Amino acid sequence: MEDTDVVVVARARDGDSDAFRLLVDRHSRSIFRLACRMTGSEQDAEDLVQETFLRAYRNLDLFQERANFGTWLYRIAVNCSLDWLRKRRPYEELNENIQPDYEGSEPVKNSTGTNPDRMILQLEVREQVTAALGELSPVEKAAFVLRHFEGMSIEEISGTLGLRSNAAKHSIFRAVRKMRRALAPIASLAE
Amino acid sequence: MKHLIEEQLVLYYYGEAEEESSIEEHLTSCDPCRADFQELKRVLAAVDTLPVPERSADYGSEVWNRLRPQLRARSLFRWPTFLRPQRLAWAGAMAAVVMAAFLLGRFWPRQEAPMAEQKVPAQMMPAQIRERVLLASVADHLERSQMILLDLSNLAGDREVDISADQAWAQELLAENRIYRQSAVKSGEVGMASVLEDLERILLEIANSPSRISSAELGEIRQRIEAQGIIFKIRVIGASMRQKQAEAARELARRSS
Repeated sequence: MEDTDVVVVARARDGDSDAFRLLVDRHSRSIFRLACRMTGSEQDAEDLVQETFLRAYRNLDLFQERANFGTWLYRIAVNCSLDWLRKRRPYEELNENIQPDYEGSEPVKNSTGTNPDRMILQLEVREQVTAALGELSPVEKAAFVLRHFEGMSIEEISGTLGLRSNAAKHSIFRAVRKMRRALAPIASLAE
Repeated sequence: MKHLIEEQLVLYYYGEAEEESSIEEHLTSCDPCRADFQELKRVLAAVDTLPVPERSADYGSEVWNRLRPQLRARSLFRWPTFLRPQRLAWAGAMAAVVMAAFLLGRFWPRQEAPMAEQKVPAQMMPAQIRERVLLASVADHLERSQMILLDLSNLAGDREVDISADQAWAQELLAENRIYRQSAVKSGEVGMASVLEDLERILLEIANSPSRISSAELGEIRQRIEAQGIIFKIRVIGASMRQKQAEAARELARRSS
């Protein structure tokens, strides 16, 4: 039977590097997905994955045994992403180059066969979604990504972001309102 | 009939509405609300079309290979269970607000510290732990304050902006800030007191603004944040706190070994 994260963390704390390697193995893919959502950039996401595990390694003593290691790691990854977003230029300038750099890596799935108009429209929707996400403030973006893509509850999000539950809720409301304003016209066309 | 508001629809969509069955019922009988909800679903479905590149099963090994050269061997020193940093952090969270005023006095040495004040907490925690708890609390407060200011500085909006989330946050930080500022004043820490005073003014302004403000009003808040250079000052003081916190931890470790 596989050791639980708590057991593996205890070994890593004692200096067992294979134990930390196991934690990297278990969690790196989900942290990468989160970082991609937060940055919109494959390369930046790779850097954030690296930074997240480095910070986790340095702060292993702060991990509480009764907590969930995955959640704790998510919190670090979100903080790394927030730092990254804040270091970026203001959104207006960012929007000049808003296309995610992995856009071409996944083909548009076309449920209606090979209709080129449909495919172009779907590409357009993706661009608009990326642009709309780029308009969110760092906290709004983190709250929205955690709720919408990662399926976290508002309670979990407030814990991860260090916000009161009401503040986390309002960040999500504000994010959804912005997304609706930006995407409502094109979303109806894409149906 | 009273229509549903957007917040209710969002919570319902994510399965977090408290009054789920009444919303469901309302949606079956109210055309405008149903149309509104359909639009919300369309928008959020469009968001789902954004692809994320998948990584292979070997990805963990790739990350590890890049990471390994950067990891230094962990110290063999182990904290005694009751002194582990996570326990101290917990103790800090519990003690910070109630004892902040006194603890600040401890951290910022006063010229004339009344004896009576020194006795009470000394019975509760060793001085070094107290100092670490305090440093962690103040540094954490500054970090959170910095987050809210940066968030506001980065808000975009050409018409009206909803700052209710930041307001709830500012309200929360205000109470802590007052305690820290008063303690800094008492302890004669003029520089720290002045930064906390600037911070308090801005937090107060954010907390007391309407929850929806125009982009011009948002611009004014931003200007005030920038003009006072408050973010930079907080960063400098926060960094110094973290450094002192690390020194206190080292000192504690040295004494324990």
